[in-house]
Amino acid sequence: MRNDSPYTPLLNNGSHNNNRNKEIHLIVFGFLLLASLITFSGYIASNNNVVSVVPHADVSFSDEVTKTNTVVSRGVSAGVSEKSNMFLSAAGGNKVVGESESFPWNNTMLSWQRTAFHFQPEKNWMNDPNGPMYYKGWYHFFYQYNPNGAVWGDIVWGHAVSRDMIHWLHLPLAMVADQWYDSNGVWTGSATLLPDGQVIMLYTGSTNESVQVQNLAYPADLNDPLLVDWIKYPSNPVLVPPPGILPKDFRDPTTAWLTSEGKWRITIGSKLNKTGIALVYDTVDFKTYERKENLLNAVPGTGMWECVDFFPVSKKSENGLDTSFKGDDVKHVMKVSLDDDRHDYYALGTYDEKKVQFIADDLKNDVGIGLRYDYGIFYASKTFYDQKKDRRVLWGWIGESDSEYADVAKGWASVQSIPRIVKLDKKTGSNLLQWPVAEVESLRLKSDEFKNLKVKPGAVVSLDIETATQLDIIAEFEIDKEALEKTAESNVEYECSTSGGASKRGALGPFGLYVLADGDLSEYTPVYFYVVKGSNGKLKTSICSDQSRSSLANDVHKQIYGSVVPVLEGEKLSLRILVDHSIVESFAQGGRTCITSRVYPTRAIYGAAKLFIFNNAIETNVTASLKVWQMNSAFIRPYHPDQKR
Amino acid sequence: MTNFKPLALTIIFCFFVSSHCTIIIPKNNNGNLIQQTCKQTPNYAICIQYLKSDPRSSDADITGLALIMVDIIKSKANTTLNKINQLIKKKQEPSQKEALNSCAGRYKAILVADVPKSVAALKQGDPKFAEDGSNDAAVEATTCENGFKGKSPLSNENIAMHDVAAITAAIVKQLL
Repeated sequence: MRNDSPYTPLLNNGSHNNNRNKEIHLIVFGFLLLASLITFSGYIASNNNVVSVVPHADVSFSDEVTKTNTVVSRGVSAGVSEKSNMFLSAAGGNKVVGESESFPWNNTMLSWQRTAFHFQPEKNWMNDPNGPMYYKGWYHFFYQYNPNGAVWGDIVWGHAVSRDMIHWLHLPLAMVADQWYDSNGVWTGSATLLPDGQVIMLYTGSTNESVQVQNLAYPADLNDPLLVDWIKYPSNPVLVPPPGILPKDFRDPTTAWLTSEGKWRITIGSKLNKTGIALVYDTVDFKTYERKENLLNAVPGTGMWECVDFFPVSKKSENGLDTSFKGDDVKHVMKVSLDDDRHDYYALGTYDEKKVQFIADDLKNDVGIGLRYDYGIFYASKTFYDQKKDRRVLWGWIGESDSEYADVAKGWASVQSIPRIVKLDKKTGSNLLQWPVAEVESLRLKSDEFKNLKVKPGAVVSLDIETATQLDIIAEFEIDKEALEKTAESNVEYECSTSGGASKRGALGPFGLYVLADGDLSEYTPVYFYVVKGSNGKLKTSICSDQSRSSLANDVHKQIYGSVVPVLEGEKLSLRILVDHSIVESFAQGGRTCITSRVYPTRAIYGAAKLFIFNNAIETNVTASLKVWQMNSAFIRPYHPDQKR
Repeated sequence: MTNFKPLALTIIFCFFVSSHCTIIIPKNNNGNLIQQTCKQTPNYAICIQYLKSDPRSSDADITGLALIMVDIIKSKANTTLNKINQLIKKKQEPSQKEALNSCAGRYKAILVADVPKSVAALKQGDPKFAEDGSNDAAVEATTCENGFKGKSPLSNENIAMHDVAAITAAIVKQLL
């Protein structure tokens, strides 16, 4: 048969092609119908709030009602953050009764706030300490810095050097955000000094897509003791978030330590849901890494672990240990900064290198749920081994607790703690001791000594010293033995933060010192002990730093910080306080418990600031002996080439 | 045409199945996330109101919702600052003027400090600084309000700012 017309009717069986066409058309039509139905259903569903892919959760409306006529804080239970709560309770109260300073922050007050001997850049914002180390005769300190303002942002690495960790000289920025892998932030990192003399810096970069990656950098010239210039490894990043870890949960690599296999090991904090974890990597060259399967540690409910630190401490010696130290008579310390509550926690424990595991001695007080380095403002801390003086030194970022308005007005924000040596408390075996490095004592000028002052219940005594804004105070207190015996036992658990502060009198406390106080006591900051005789006759002592009356200003934190401090048989209560304008660092029982606070008085400044000793205990006298040094300035300033020192 | 029947039946079958099958369809419905997020803030109703009024909320994750709230802080601060400047121009008692000038400084701080740092923190992946920024915005508003000895002409604005800031901080907290 021959087809004369170009189009053969479809019914023609002989045309295989046309049959196929028909099938195809119908199938396509069918799928289009299907597709349009799917799309239509999707459209309907997306407008329907009830249908859901997620297991149906309770969607009942909260019946919380705003009180629109008051500015009263609803409290932590209603979800209002502690931080805004603490301002409001002070502000609200002061509006009605009592003195208040509604428009503080003139230049006199603000310029007084700058510290004299704590590290801070000349202006702008600073946060985490980075890469501290000792190299070729100089202590190096790097830090998170915003070159553009007094708030966090545009973060780069600042740099300073010192011969003694007290007199700092500012150097040019070490690293800026000039690569795709750190364009959104040159974030925190740590230094590792290799035995062959190399200096390795590992740091977190926030990439141009805000992914957190780890990068390698090293000095441009190892012969420059000032290590001014730094080179970023051309093939950065060396680590990216591994599978299962979110791109914004991977930061702050530690100093590396040697394994028995001769590899270098680091740990990096992260989280899985609400469990804080520490990832572990081994490397030979700091360029390629092998992820270890085990987590160094994990603690549920603690959230993201920032600025993890991991190091050995000696059980026998008073000296520090190199991070790679292996031997007997060693305990390991693991430390984390909790993103959730801005506090630094540590735990003592043992490290199993083969299993890649840190096990806390006391699991109930594992990292994030137990001891803190400091019960005030102290975060993102980092230690390093100082090979010059064979000690381990701790740096901590001390942020502001005033308003952003004041920070912008004064043009800077944040200081660093005075570097502290860290060692195991051999007497308790269950905590660390921290103590300001001895070099701070080189700032001591004239001193005043007060021996065996007997302070009666209710007494507040002014101590006659020259000025009171730059001080090093070492004090000892004793309660009357008879009072201790007579006092009734109590099962009160004293908690600094909810105690009501130094004005709430108890049988055996509070007593201590008022720092940054004005003559009228309209502003004062008590640092005090509070002793409770427990139900078995055992004494429990707390050390607190009370901001509630520290300033007449309404926009500063008014919290009371502190904690219980172990006091052993036969020990007197001892307290060291460094006062340096708007920072007060307190150390109880040789550094068993530390509290750093920021204080912003409006009147107790310059010559008007005074020091008092007080005893608000009801049932006991307090006998106190103290020595108070005036402290010189550290004259922290930019480095000049013809600098000798 | 014998090959066609099973295929046609299959397609017709799918047709009927899919007409009942809304569950397998991927959703672009963010209502549940908004509700869950707002339940963990101090003011569910206001939170829902603000987020739903912004079209970006329909496909935002929690970071996106927080950024929307920071934007609201910014626009409210701008509006309030304009009002403050208007009030300052009018004749005022000295104490009122002092309070207004202080408020201007406070709201400026929200705009130049709190908002930029919160946006950067959320975008760059270190949200705790956005929590700080939001909390501070509440403080600045409260401090402004407390500066007035008599009646405050900015009560509504200060209360609104405080509420929005508290909600923002609570949303950011969910990212930590």
